[in-house]
Amino acid sequence: MDFLNAIVALCNFVLIPGIAYGSQLAIGALGVTLVYGILRFSNFAHGDTMAFGTMVTILVTWWMQSVGISLGPLPTALLALPFGILGCIVLVLITDRAVYRFYRVQKAKPVILVIVSMGVMFVMNGIVRFIIGPDDQSFSDGPRFIISARDFKTLTGLDEGMSIKTTQVITVVTAIIVVALLFWFLNRTRAGKSMRAYSDNEDLALLSGINPERVVMLTWIIVAALATIAGTLYGLDKSFKPFTYFQLLLPIFAAAVVGGIGSPLGAIAGGFVIAFSEVTITYAWKKVLVYLMPEPLEPSSLVQLISTDYKFAVSFVILLIVLLFKPTGLFKGQSTT
Amino acid sequence: MTDTVKNSATADAVKRDTLKNTVLFAVVFGLIIGSGFFTGWNNVLFTINMGLISAIMALGVNLQWGFAGLFNVGVMGFVALGGLAAVLIGMPATPGAFAAGGTGVLVALALGAGTMVAAVLTYRRMAPGRNRSLALMAILIVGFFVFRGFLDPNVALIEDVNPAATGYLGGLNPGSEETYRDNGLIMLLAWPVGGVLAAGAAWLIGKAALGLRSDYLAIATLGIAEIIIAVLKNEDWLTRGVKNVVGIPRPVPYELDLQNSAQFVERAAAMGFDPVEGSTLWVKVLYAALFAIVLGIIFWLSQRALNSPWGRMLRAIRDNEVAAEAMGKDVTARHLQVFILGSAICGVAGAMMTTLDSQLTPGTYQPLRFTFLVWVMVIVGGSGSNLGAILGGFLIWFLWTTVEPLGKFVLEYATSGMAEDNWLRLHLIDSAAQMRLMTMGIIMILVLRFSPRGLIPEK
Repeated sequence: MDFLNAIVALCNFVLIPGIAYGSQLAIGALGVTLVYGILRFSNFAHGDTMAFGTMVTILVTWWMQSVGISLGPLPTALLALPFGILGCIVLVLITDRAVYRFYRVQKAKPVILVIVSMGVMFVMNGIVRFIIGPDDQSFSDGPRFIISARDFKTLTGLDEGMSIKTTQVITVVTAIIVVALLFWFLNRTRAGKSMRAYSDNEDLALLSGINPERVVMLTWIIVAALATIAGTLYGLDKSFKPFTYFQLLLPIFAAAVVGGIGSPLGAIAGGFVIAFSEVTITYAWKKVLVYLMPEPLEPSSLVQLISTDYKFAVSFVILLIVLLFKPTGLFKGQSTT
Repeated sequence: MTDTVKNSATADAVKRDTLKNTVLFAVVFGLIIGSGFFTGWNNVLFTINMGLISAIMALGVNLQWGFAGLFNVGVMGFVALGGLAAVLIGMPATPGAFAAGGTGVLVALALGAGTMVAAVLTYRRMAPGRNRSLALMAILIVGFFVFRGFLDPNVALIEDVNPAATGYLGGLNPGSEETYRDNGLIMLLAWPVGGVLAAGAAWLIGKAALGLRSDYLAIATLGIAEIIIAVLKNEDWLTRGVKNVVGIPRPVPYELDLQNSAQFVERAAAMGFDPVEGSTLWVKVLYAALFAIVLGIIFWLSQRALNSPWGRMLRAIRDNEVAAEAMGKDVTARHLQVFILGSAICGVAGAMMTTLDSQLTPGTYQPLRFTFLVWVMVIVGGSGSNLGAILGGFLIWFLWTTVEPLGKFVLEYATSGMAEDNWLRLHLIDSAAQMRLMTMGIIMILVLRFSPRGLIPEK
């Protein structure tokens, strides 16, 4: 029984949140990795792109809620998501046309593009804060739990409860659909193949008649969609605050680099690596250990390796280790040296 | 003959440049002083003080980016470390805190450092393979638990010492709780110490992260800055965390003391100020003088560095790393050097800023304000040009403080046709404060696009 309790506690506090957070990071990292693969720079504005897409989704959600449109038990935000994606696509396409294209034509050094993306980050951040304000916004509706901790306890008779939030299930299901669609697109369609060709070898791709501007446009459209989905899922699961989205940049970059930047498969793996490291290292293990250890050995402290406030340190350390010892990442992305 | 023509042509160019730079500085200072007619002289002096500090930060970033092409977006972390130095030097030691757990914390920190050194040594000495990985893991895991075992109980002891008022170790100020403010001049020592702290952190980071490609260095420094802020926010025994340290002494007199001094009141009256206004202005003028001296020293040193063989070598490395390396230049060592120097300058500026504020509030460090704004200053001023960094520091700081009230004014004017309680009008006026981020971003993008070399280009 103790063993079962330990497993349930582990699922409840580590496994389930880790999977949900990992899926959100993975979708975010996919966006970063695509920009890197096709446009060849690290996009510092990605966090704020996510924030913008989410903001549009939230605004549409509020409007839908006010006129009484809903999706039954599911959050209304899912219905608003396509509008958020559209809004985000418009924004990044305008940004690309007005800002990035100039440097692409000039063949500017990647670091210049990174600095430019810092400027874009400022502007997007400003737009989001201007429209929706800098505060926390909650936009989730519908039932909060699929199984609440109390129901689980009465159902199984265990001491530990396991709750599964609706948003967690939605996150995972959406992530699977999104990733499947993306891989189908990249591997099976002509447009996707041209994107991969362009990423692998720009000159050869140009020689075989691939239109670079079309590839870039496609990339931005996909990136905007991914960013909005990642942002909305994160916002549903936790809450929406512009500054938090800016801070997500670090774990997302870490995920992309760990997996091997430029490699979509790596981005997904990296997302889960980062998420699980963060959750396991900042989790207070006492709850699980109490069930597993014999009475006299039971820990008196929380057995929390480091406090949750240092969760950035986790992604940072993993990032450094990968950069120093395995610069191509787990999945042989483009070298980082 | 041709030589003289050439010489006079360069002389003309120099003259033109000097004229242009003088005009630019005159315009910026004209703007700052002109704003005084609307907002009062107190605000002008405050803008100038913060402008001086911003200019120093910009010089530090310019040293790294402009001279050497290092992409550091962790400025916030180094600035915050400078602020920490102001606390560690300026505040009095909390009675009993060090006796309670100070030694233990120091031992714990030494053990932590020892673990890292042992890990690095093991990594270097042992042959690659499974044994090395296992040894490394063992050292790190055991070291971590020993470190925590020593740290946690001692931290708890320190934080239990009068938690409402102190609950931290305090600093090195020899005065007591009542008299430490009299030792204000000690803050002048805190500024270089801030630089040393930042330099130490920069050495650690540089050892690990320099040599990565530029955008990875950026991500790494971004992470370091967040970690430093997290440490300042959570290590209450060191900084009181989000409870803030207030009442840091200052190297200039207090307004109240000035108002109580008959001599000062008399002099202020002679210049036409009442004692309250006169004292606040005078304090700020003194600060401005101190900051200007620091800025002057750092500017002079940077200028010397720029025109020295060392500066030329850095630029050679920046422009073509491979060629410089082929000429026998030690690229990594030079990068590390300039990374440490630039970060130290940011640390000095951070210590000065905390001194000016008289408090350390770890919760207020925001990357957009402390890292990216400094970058805007360097880019707008002209990367690689020290004068440009200073100009950018003043100009961007001025805009940063002005855009908000100006935006509010513009929005109020633009929406004056709407009803007083129109939701759009209220929302727009409410959000005016957020306009400055957007303005800074737009300025940065425009400068990068149309004048990538900045207002005062590098020669």
